[in-house]
Parts: sequence; structure tokens; C-alpha cells
Amino acid sequence: MIFETVKNILLEKFGNEVIVTEEKEQKQPALVIKPDLIAQVCLTLRDHQDTWFDFLSCLSAIDYGVESQKFGVIYHLSSIIKNHQIVLKVFLDNNRNLENLPVFQSVSSVYKTAEWHEREAFDMVGVVFENHPDLRRILLPDDWEGYPLRKDYQTAETYHNIKIDY
Amino acid sequence: MIENKLSNLHQEALKRYQTKIDSVSPEEMVLNLGPQHPSTHGVLRLELITDGEIVREVIPHLGYLHRCFEKHSEALNYSQIIPYTDRMDYLASMNNNHAFVMGVERMLGIENDIPKRVEYIRVLVCELNRIASHLIAIGTYGIDIGAFTPFLWCFRDREHIMNMLEWASGARMLYNYIWVGGLFYDIPVGFEERCKEFVAYFKPKMVELNELLTDNQIFISRTANIGILPLDVAINYGCSGPMLRGSGLKYDLRRVDEYSVYPEIDFKIPYAKGEIGTVGDCWNRYKVRIDEIAESLKIIEQSVEKLTKEYKRTKEFDPRALVPKKTIPKAQDFYIRAENPKGEIGFYFIADGRSDKPFRVKSRGPSFNNLSVLPEISKGVMIADLVAIIGSIDIVLGEVDR
Repeated sequence: MIFETVKNILLEKFGNEVIVTEEKEQKQPALVIKPDLIAQVCLTLRDHQDTWFDFLSCLSAIDYGVESQKFGVIYHLSSIIKNHQIVLKVFLDNNRNLENLPVFQSVSSVYKTAEWHEREAFDMVGVVFENHPDLRRILLPDDWEGYPLRKDYQTAETYHNIKIDY
Repeated sequence: MIENKLSNLHQEALKRYQTKIDSVSPEEMVLNLGPQHPSTHGVLRLELITDGEIVREVIPHLGYLHRCFEKHSEALNYSQIIPYTDRMDYLASMNNNHAFVMGVERMLGIENDIPKRVEYIRVLVCELNRIASHLIAIGTYGIDIGAFTPFLWCFRDREHIMNMLEWASGARMLYNYIWVGGLFYDIPVGFEERCKEFVAYFKPKMVELNELLTDNQIFISRTANIGILPLDVAINYGCSGPMLRGSGLKYDLRRVDEYSVYPEIDFKIPYAKGEIGTVGDCWNRYKVRIDEIAESLKIIEQSVEKLTKEYKRTKEFDPRALVPKKTIPKAQDFYIRAENPKGEIGFYFIADGRSDKPFRVKSRGPSFNNLSVLPEISKGVMIADLVAIIGSIDIVLGEVDR
């Protein structure tokens, strides 16, 4: 039900191209949003009186594997007042070149909690967020090479000429 | 072009940070708190820009305890990941197990087949663990403020819980007790009686602890009206658990999502009312934890009651009856959330439908989100108050870094 409400609100406000696809057959249905619009979509859903998605539960960046050449960011929004949840997804194609990272839009202006989540996503999966106020690495050292949660990540053998034992 | 963009975004942020540190005025000082500072509750490093005793800005640096939980999970099957979840919030391992296992069970679609006795045992051990976790929070908070006795008292009482859970699971802190589809073992014979004894023993101890710490004027002066976290800020920063309830919101996932057998159990959701100080300050967050212990004791009493009467021990009962030989969920993605002592723990699974290993597991640690609000609420406080604020957030670095 909330799924339809959200869909209608978005279609009304942004037109047809905002929703790329719907993933309805799942237990937790998701909307795939056009990457450029995600920050505005979140803002709309946060402030609309029928949705009030005021709480960003989780933000995950996903590497969909070497063959698919696809990266995604998944937003789990929930509303404390209305007690409902929605999943938003954003996908970008990318050729996995480490000098050409996929660029998503940051939602940290809407949800402050996204600031650290996005830093973690950048740190681990290597996706960049535009308009992020402080996109440093968060869990790994600043000079770490590579992004560990990529499916083709090769474990580092040395760090500052120190051998890493596994 | 895009290459420039990358270097811009990351390098610019680094440069901005470096300039901020380099350009402190002569009156200001950059001070490192941690990573080996006792009041940071683990290996958290805070970089403070201070003006005398006043904290101008806090820059947290994380990652000293990063153990790649998510990378490990991609190489292991679902039941092998459970011990790794133990090590996230290592003070509340049962609750982590429970959340993770619930997620996998729902993906498999067996969540309604779990026997009631198993569910009640899960709730029982989770609530015992919740008390243990809150006792650490309260005890170490006392010692941050300068009260030594509550620390010893809390650890003495927590040890009883540790012994009981060790009796049930075989391990003192990292249990791996709750399994997908069931439990490691049934609770040992006599566990229910021991729980009753513990509740009877512990209730008067809580009264003593309240007299010693909660209503202590020195403690109140150090915590009331310090580090006020307004509700809208708390929600926007994704704070959950006692942090959110300490800001005056009656919100508990045990009631909101009604998972496990919590709907059958009678308990209240404590939230800050501002009896002392302001709603959202350190004292109110602390008080929510104290009240939650009392509610957890109620839940324990009710579960023990059910486990000795309605769902009592039988010879035929096998807690492993539903444990799947091979856990292969259908291709799907699924987000599970549950109420940990620290707040909302979440696991986001992506299953490919072919293997018994998850394609990806993302964990949302409540401490990670709760800690992110620290720079916001500690602008312009005294250094000693900063210590009080960190203590009241109750972080576990194992979960912040994962």
C-alpha cells in the first residue's frame, strides 16, 4: 500500500522517468530510482505528509559482480510516525576501472546519518558521492589502496613495506 | 574528466581536513583523545580542537578495530557467520545472533514454524544479555564520571549473568547460541530456577545502585543538562535505542515490529520524561537504561513462567529439529532490523538463490550511527563534559568498526 503511495507521489512530482523499474515480487518491494534524482526523491519522501520517511535505517553500496559491471546503492527508509518502510535502489553501470569510480548523488543533505554511511560505502566499495561534505575514508587508513568489498579485490600483501600476514 | 572528479572529491576532503587542522589559531590547540584512552570505551580516537577547556570541534577517527565482517561473510555460509556477529557488539552477542538468525529464517520462510519454546528461550537469553550490556554501560559511565563503586557493583552482578549464559552456551561472552531454525542446545536443567533466583537477588541490588548513582547529586551535576540531543537531530542522525528514547520518543522495535514472542509479553517502553535535567541530556539517556533493566527483568520473569508451565521441557523437544542441513534461501534481498541494547541493529542480505553463502551482507551497527551525532552535540562543551557525553552514547567499538 505504501509502495503505491510512494510511487504516485514520485510520478506526480518528477514525471515518468524518475522510476526506472519496480521490484515488486520480493518480500520487501523496492523502487529503482533514476540516479540523478535520488537526493530530491529522499527529500520529497521525508517531507511529504503521507510518507514522512524521517529515518534512514541503512545505506548499503553493492558491487554486483565482475560480469554485470553494475554498482548500486540501496536506501532503507522508515517512518517513525507512520510506521512503514520502503526500499529505494539506485544503479549505475561502470567498467570497474579504479580511476573511474561510479558517481552517485549524496543524500547527506537530507539525512545527516548518510554522511558516515556514504563514507563507509566509498571506503569499502569505491563508489563516490557528489555533494558529500567530507568524503574521506572512514574505517581504513587514508592511504589504503583499493576497495575491499569489490568482488575483484586482491588482498594487499604489504602496507608501508610491512608484510601483512593472513 | 571523471578521474579528476574522483581525485577532487576524495583529495579535496582530505585537503579540507588537513587545512582545518593546520589553521587552528594560536589560542586553539589540537588534542588527541584516544585511541588508548579509557573514557573512549575502546579504540576510538577523537581529535579535538580546543580553546582552553572548551571543545570547539570533535573529529572522530574510526577503524582501529575493523575486522572486515562484511568481507568475511561473503566467504562463509549463513550458519558460519553467526559467530562473526557475536564479535560485532561483543557485549550483547545474543541480541546480534537473534537479529541475524531472524533475518535468515525469514528469507527461508520458516519463521512461523519455530517452536514457541525456542522463541521464549531466545527472548530469555536476549533479555539477560540486554541487562548485562546495560550494566556495563552504567558501570563504565559511573567510572567516567568518577564514581568507582557502581563499576564494581555492576561487574559483580553482570558476572552472574555471564555465568548463566556460559552454563547454557559454553562461552562467557561470544555465545553462538541461537542458530538458524533453533538453538545450540536446550537450556540446562535448573536454568529457570537460577533465573528466578537471579531476579530475586538483582532487584534489591538495583535499588542500591539507584541510591548510589542515579539520585546522587554529584552525578546529577555532571550529567544533567549536558550534551542535549534534540529529538529532530536524533532522528536525522539515525540515532536509535536508548539514544532516541533518551530524547523523549517512545519507540522500540520490539513493539513496533512485534518480532519473536514480544507481542505476548507485557512490558513498557521507558523513555525520557525529564524528571531531572532536560529531555535528551546525558542523565536522561542514562535513566532510560536503568528503566530498561527493570523492564527486562519483567520479561525474564514472564519467559521463565512460560518455560516452566506452558512450554515446559519435554523429552521429545529438540531445539535443532528445524535447523536446515543446508541454508539456501531463494534469490532475494532482505533487510532485518531488531532492537539491540544499543539501538537498531540491521542486516541487509542479498542471496543469489544458488549457494549457501550470501552474495553480500551489510550490517548496520547502532553504535556507528549513534556515534555519528557526537560532533554535533559536543560543540562548545568542556572537555570533561565530552567524556560524559561519550559515556552516555554507550558505544561498543566492535560494532562501530565491525
